[in-house]
Amino acid sequence: MDFLDYEFMQRALLAAVLVGITAPAVGIYLVQRRQALLGDGIGHVAMTGVGLGFLLSASPVWTATAVSVLGAILMELIRWYGRTRGDIALAMLFYGGMAGGVMLINLAPGGSNANLTSYLFGSLSTVSRSDVTAICVLAAFVLLVTLGLRRQLFAVSQDEEFARVTGLPVRALNLLTAVTAAVTVTVAMRVVGLLLVSALMVVPVAAAQQLTRSFAVTFVIAVAIGVTVTVSGTITSYYQDVPPGATIVLLTIGAFIALTALAAPLARRRARAALAAQPSGDPAECSIPVARGAGDEVGV
Amino acid sequence: MTSEPVIALRGVTAELGARPVLRGVDLSVGRGEVVALLGANGSGKSTAIRSIIGQVPLSGGTIELFGTPRRSFRDWARVGYVPQRTTAAGGVPATVTEVVSSGRLSRTRFGVFRKADREAVRKALELVGMADRAKDSVNALSGGQHQRVLIARALVAEPELLIMDEPMAGVDLASQEVLARTLRQQVEAGTTVLLVLHELGPLEPLIDRAVVLRDGCVLHDGPPPRAVGQHALPGHDHVHPHAPAGAEPIRTGLLS
Repeated sequence: MDFLDYEFMQRALLAAVLVGITAPAVGIYLVQRRQALLGDGIGHVAMTGVGLGFLLSASPVWTATAVSVLGAILMELIRWYGRTRGDIALAMLFYGGMAGGVMLINLAPGGSNANLTSYLFGSLSTVSRSDVTAICVLAAFVLLVTLGLRRQLFAVSQDEEFARVTGLPVRALNLLTAVTAAVTVTVAMRVVGLLLVSALMVVPVAAAQQLTRSFAVTFVIAVAIGVTVTVSGTITSYYQDVPPGATIVLLTIGAFIALTALAAPLARRRARAALAAQPSGDPAECSIPVARGAGDEVGV
Repeated sequence: MTSEPVIALRGVTAELGARPVLRGVDLSVGRGEVVALLGANGSGKSTAIRSIIGQVPLSGGTIELFGTPRRSFRDWARVGYVPQRTTAAGGVPATVTEVVSSGRLSRTRFGVFRKADREAVRKALELVGMADRAKDSVNALSGGQHQRVLIARALVAEPELLIMDEPMAGVDLASQEVLARTLRQQVEAGTTVLLVLHELGPLEPLIDRAVVLRDGCVLHDGPPPRAVGQHALPGHDHVHPHAPAGAEPIRTGLLS
């Protein structure tokens, strides 16, 4: 446990724990809405924010937060209004954000693509004290939203149309989800990097739902997987001198594969138990389709 | 209809893309009435229902809910909505209880989910005979059981008006009976119902009035066409020899 003696490792581990909690906490709503790649898009846009930080000699964490929040709002607006050309608009936003980042960082005095690499793939030794403060504040916001509004966000993500009829402010909640995802991207940026952030939002959730039947349990297990892989990935990268982002993502995918292998016999056992518990004659398995077409020719 | 109507549509027009789907629909549902909206695929019946709950923008006409223009209507706890089953599927597993609980949000809004709310969820599940599956994943249910869960989700807020889009489509016979029984209890308690149906089927005895749409216009508004004898059996394929030749409805498949 000698790594705890170093202050930079203490900071890195604290950041890792917060990333491990927040990324799956937001990601579960994105997966539920079938927008698993939203985080990836925000990660691209955030590069412009990092470049802007270098150019203005400001903290890249805060400029990246500002730019990615704007990007997330723009993406949500495109989803509302740009039905037909939406994907093309999103493509331009993503690659524009990436190109903007590379351009700005090269314009910055003394800046080069080498500075960008630590933001793209994560780096432990560069997590500064002010970064940790920013990460704590942003993570608190993410947790407040994802836990405090879990029922509302669940309803909107499960069935948007129905949520609207319950009178929930669906648009505001969608915007809030996008903004929270954007904030999470910048929380995770220093540890796993912008290009790998999305994996930590999506893969722990996908791994957890191999075992679960309920949303609440999926949430808890996904966060547990998230914290496990970020902490163990961070420690591994300290001893082996490998990039933390790549280590964490590969560990997450490993967890997914392991749980999937574990889940197959579990599912078989559950199915057998359900079959045994079912009284015979219950037509749960075969639904009889109603003849379609009779209403077409109502004679009046 | 002595009191003001629960739902009132006047001259409602709506387009999907450039295609007119509703072309001047007038429809009024009084308190306690059970009205079935019938018509072929593409006749506009789903669009009509979705315009009432604010999912389809109008290009003309007015809609009132409980005497309030829909745009300023906020009292959504009075409305229970059952969408077509296909629209309600998330990418993460969720239990029956979790899905039904989200229907209670029209009452709790951003407040705390209290014991009374949990009790309402349990009661709604009992109404549709799904209390024993409360902790199961909705993905493990059959089509009919899933539909029962969606109805429980609408009932959990104890609404005065139920709006249902094809509640019987793809539902097994056992679930059809449960649904018909649940609906009968609701109607007896005074709930107003507007539902899209493909055929009257087992709900026929409950229905006070049928509105038939064709090409976005109201073709018929009055007593439901009664099926007799063998025609009344569920699954019976209606063939109407008296229908004029060439009256084959347009089946674009764009709407369902």
